[in-house]
Amino acid sequence: MKCFSRYLPYLFRPPSTILSSTCHTEADIISTVEFNSTGELLATGDKGGRVVVFQREQESKTQPHRRGEYNVYSTFQSHEPEFDYLKSLEIEEKINKIKWLPQQNAAYFLLSTNDKTVKLWKISERDKRPEGYNLKDEDGRFRDPSTITSLRVPVLQPMDLMVEATARRVFSNAHTYHINSISVNSDLQTFISTDDLRVNLWNLEITDRSFNIVDIKPANMEELTEVITSAEFHPQQCHTFAYSSSKGSIRLCDMRQAALCDKHCKYFEEPEDPSTRSFFSEIISSISDVKFSHNGRYLMTRDYLTVKVWDLQMENKPLETYQVHDYLRGKLCSLYENDCIFDKFECVWNGSDSVIMTGSYNNFFRMFDRNTKRDVTLEASRENSKPRAILKPRKVCVGGKRRKDEISVDSLDFSKKILHTTWHPQENIIAVAATNNLYIFQDKVN
Amino acid sequence: MEVDRRAMECAVDAQSLISISLMKIHNSRTQRGGIKLHKNLLVSYVLRNARQVYIKEKYAEIYRMQQYEEVMAVCNEIQELDPLDLGAEDGDEEEQGRAACCGEESRPAGSREPEQPYYRSCCMEAPPGSPCDQFAPNGGGGGGSHCNKTTVLDLDTHVVTTVENGFLHQDCCCAAPQCAPGAAARKRKVDSGGCAPDAEEPSDFTAARKRLKREDCSNPDCNPDYTDTSNISNLISIFGSGFSGLLSRQADLEQVCSKQALASLGAWTRAIVAF
Repeated sequence: MKCFSRYLPYLFRPPSTILSSTCHTEADIISTVEFNSTGELLATGDKGGRVVVFQREQESKTQPHRRGEYNVYSTFQSHEPEFDYLKSLEIEEKINKIKWLPQQNAAYFLLSTNDKTVKLWKISERDKRPEGYNLKDEDGRFRDPSTITSLRVPVLQPMDLMVEATARRVFSNAHTYHINSISVNSDLQTFISTDDLRVNLWNLEITDRSFNIVDIKPANMEELTEVITSAEFHPQQCHTFAYSSSKGSIRLCDMRQAALCDKHCKYFEEPEDPSTRSFFSEIISSISDVKFSHNGRYLMTRDYLTVKVWDLQMENKPLETYQVHDYLRGKLCSLYENDCIFDKFECVWNGSDSVIMTGSYNNFFRMFDRNTKRDVTLEASRENSKPRAILKPRKVCVGGKRRKDEISVDSLDFSKKILHTTWHPQENIIAVAATNNLYIFQDKVN
Repeated sequence: MEVDRRAMECAVDAQSLISISLMKIHNSRTQRGGIKLHKNLLVSYVLRNARQVYIKEKYAEIYRMQQYEEVMAVCNEIQELDPLDLGAEDGDEEEQGRAACCGEESRPAGSREPEQPYYRSCCMEAPPGSPCDQFAPNGGGGGGSHCNKTTVLDLDTHVVTTVENGFLHQDCCCAAPQCAPGAAARKRKVDSGGCAPDAEEPSDFTAARKRLKREDCSNPDCNPDYTDTSNISNLISIFGSGFSGLLSRQADLEQVCSKQALASLGAWTRAIVAF
């Protein structure tokens, strides 16, 4: 087995625990994963509307090999299924996106959203409780005031650590269509929520009103040709955001130019290659995710078969294009039949913007090193992951003779897909969601 | 012949893609969480692409098979007919044709049930510009005038918009066709078997579902086996077995309609029903 540290600077080690729910139901399918800005916390949302937050263990001198493992910190029900009686529509409780707010005090804040409603959650620790009330006894029963002869000041006594999550804000009734993304502004006061046709700007303090800043709904819905698939604020410029479309284009907008940002200031699109035209050209060019690089100079987009890195200064073509699983090009018809062609894969930058990662099928995920131009395919599975072993690179055989350890395209399991991944903002720790399992991989420590 | 065969393979693939896409659009109506605009838009693109390929191939075939003069003669004949009168000669065949076109539930031969069920099918379940466009003059009667319409519901304003042969009508609130065949399609009402107007219905889609329920329970004439799914199943089984069954009867009509359909292809492809 080759040591692939020669190909990539990181070696990833399987987790000593794979975090998963004990019984696999539809509700347990993980629908989003996100590290917070320090990497101390990792949040996951699932189809059942629950959020589970993991916290990294403090490094311990007595157990150095358990350096920085993630354990469950808090679990709460973020969204419940709802019914819109006016339209006879059920609103799914599935968590589409979670975004953390940077930490400003002892509590943690995150935004979670389903198809229609965004909520701000406060996660705080309670390790003390007041004791010695005058009017209530320890059981909480009220005392007879006539029996009280003296007054005392309640004191705080230590208690077992309790982590509680409370919904501090509910941002609702602003979206007719399904929300696909949320993004917190670098000003830490506003955020945007995006549905198929509109982008709305909110103030974190104000829940009863939002500003619509992008509206691509045509006057006549019959003329609809594209929808918005994702939007994100620039990491440093609080007036800039980008949104991607189902037609494979990205628009960069400046909120200082006008109140309504329908006119973009930059438009990124690569012309279609006519030789690859097929029935499914429109589907595979639809962008499923857009992410700014940490340094704010690049944009990354994911469509069905590729990941592209764009330079914000160059609009007519991407800087780099990476083939994720081009061997699927010949199978688009069957992928259309089983709906896999509509899967929305996400993509993610590492902390230094030198490596990008995205998921694929058969529980494979791919990493591309932008500097060395090397790439690797890894697999998130229990069978192949022994604790503290090194992940073996995988290879898909496209035709001809299949080597040992290679897997042929026809053997790929399309029900095992990795749509959601996240990378620790500073270290080489990645979290990969494979259906209802969460894998956390860390790089090798010498 | 090599080219022909390959062309036919494309056409066969296009056919199956069309039926698969129709099934997807139908299923999306009952999916949890409501209709997904993005996915349905992408499916409509596949439909458009498949239809373009299919029509192109059929055109080539038809031109090769028929004399130009024959076609012109038939075209002239058709254009003289008022589309609304075609339904008057309704026979089993016409019913079948309309059913196939609009995904209507199978009715006993010769019955003249109110058009609302298949209007709903045609304009709300069928994908934009599905065979309805192709067979528009064939539809006849109330059905015919509906078959070249596409109806969309704006979820924001609850305005129902109808596009008829490229013309735009915008109505308030909900939609239902006239009960009487041949009446102007513009007047829109909701009813549950009669023609009582109910302009307050907030949602076309809701109305459709309610109507379906009421029909299932209360309509004594209704075929007890009738369901929404059977409409689409009929439609799909017809497509699955090939367009040739319908085409052989109306090959010449088809050609004229295809021309019309192709002309309005742009508008058609962009319609998303019930959004």
